[in-house]
Amino acid sequence: MMSRGEEILKISHLSKSFGSHGVLKDIDFEVCRGDVVSIIGASGSGKSTMLRCVNLLEEPSGGQILFHGQDITDPKMNVPAYRAKVGMVFQSFNLFNNMTVLENCIVGQVKVAKKEKAEAHENAIHYLRKVGMDSFMNAKPRQLSGGQKQRVAIARALAMEPEVLLFDEPTSALDPQMVGEVLNVMEELAREGLTMLVVTHEMAFARDVSSHVIYMSDGVIEEEGTPDQIFGAPRSEKTREFLSRFRKTTV
Amino acid sequence: MTVSQMNFFERIVYLLQEYGPSYLKGAGATLAIAVVSTAIGCLIGFVVGVIQTIPVDRKRDSLAKRGVLGVVKAVMKAYVELFRGTPMIVQATFIYYGMSQVFDIQLGMWSSAFLIVSINTGAYMAESVRGGIISIDPGQTEGAKAIGMNHVQTMCYVILPQALRNIMPQIGNNLIINIKDTSVLFSIGVTELFAVHRSVSGALYTYFESATIVMVVYLIMTVVCSRLLRIWERKMDGDANYELVDTMGIGDQLRTSNIEKRAERRKR
Repeated sequence: MMSRGEEILKISHLSKSFGSHGVLKDIDFEVCRGDVVSIIGASGSGKSTMLRCVNLLEEPSGGQILFHGQDITDPKMNVPAYRAKVGMVFQSFNLFNNMTVLENCIVGQVKVAKKEKAEAHENAIHYLRKVGMDSFMNAKPRQLSGGQKQRVAIARALAMEPEVLLFDEPTSALDPQMVGEVLNVMEELAREGLTMLVVTHEMAFARDVSSHVIYMSDGVIEEEGTPDQIFGAPRSEKTREFLSRFRKTTV
Repeated sequence: MTVSQMNFFERIVYLLQEYGPSYLKGAGATLAIAVVSTAIGCLIGFVVGVIQTIPVDRKRDSLAKRGVLGVVKAVMKAYVELFRGTPMIVQATFIYYGMSQVFDIQLGMWSSAFLIVSINTGAYMAESVRGGIISIDPGQTEGAKAIGMNHVQTMCYVILPQALRNIMPQIGNNLIINIKDTSVLFSIGVTELFAVHRSVSGALYTYFESATIVMVVYLIMTVVCSRLLRIWERKMDGDANYELVDTMGIGDQLRTSNIEKRAERRKR
């Protein structure tokens, strides 16, 4: 296996249940600096829940999540400070509706990261330009298309300069044309070396852009490896079956 | 010509000539109590509503914090139930006379009036604010949490501004209700509009004519207030259009390269 960067996140024996219903069972994996990890699997396999556990939007039921060796599931952990270093992009964008595009990208920098207003402003424009949304900085979220909203959401997350960025099915609420504009931005970020953990149904993205692929099924990691291993020579019968269904629909 | 010999319109003109300033003063008092108390009531409502929606984290919050929060929430719940569940006319008498008899505090008629209407409005607004907060898409809270905001920041910058917009119609409702309901304050001797009507019609037996005048004055006050609030609401919604911005000025390019340099330095 290729040598990987410094370890940022280490998830070990992570489990999550809602009442008696176990959604995640004994999940183990690492994310290192510069990794682009794609998590694929059928709906209901626990991918999103797993991702939401990583930044504690869901409280894990068991196991550990180590961020630079520190267990974030510890009750004494300063959760907001941790979340500021781990960005998240949602399926439903979740832009702040009461703010303009620019304000969306500034508020976290000023209120949470305590940056100077002027620096935050420059930063916001820089990242909005990166996602091609700088000219819309005075628009309100309700005036934008889905793809535009998602690109702004990515800029908002980037403006916090996170060590790792989590994507929770970022293109699932978009039509095919908008999917393209968002994936292009994500591909560009991957090329620049941003550490990303991506839950996705976009098999082409998982195959071509990621450095590591995790296939989840029924709350467990069924198989993981490089894109070549998973897409070229999957070992598990379940993985093969899942991917064959996708091959039929995507050329 | 005596009042009893006049017809309806002559009586109205007579009342306006004789008691016009009194009616105006009464209307002024009504409006002052209603506007100020609605504002204070909204403030109370926001504080109570926000406290009642503080989430409790069983794992991360200490037992002491959960205990204190539980007690505070219970007290506020009792406050809301008490002041929503009893008539304001009784509350007015209860507080005005109770303060002096039980606590030996001479509140005075006017401060009592402001106090009673404020805490009464606060009880209603608390529920409106709570409703406003829980009606905001949970995604907004998650978006705020995801960039590292704590509960107070999430509330102040993201949730409350949106909740305030959503409960503006409720605030308008409360203001209009207060303009009308200050009329119960005659029971503790406040000379607002209804008290003026009572003394005028009591002296001259012109019940119908005085009531007509007072009806019209109340209606003017409520209609004007609701129009003003609508204008305010539209202002909160902001412009329906936006301008595209060209950010590719030379100054911006220089600044962008600075940011890249800074980012480089940070990596090292």
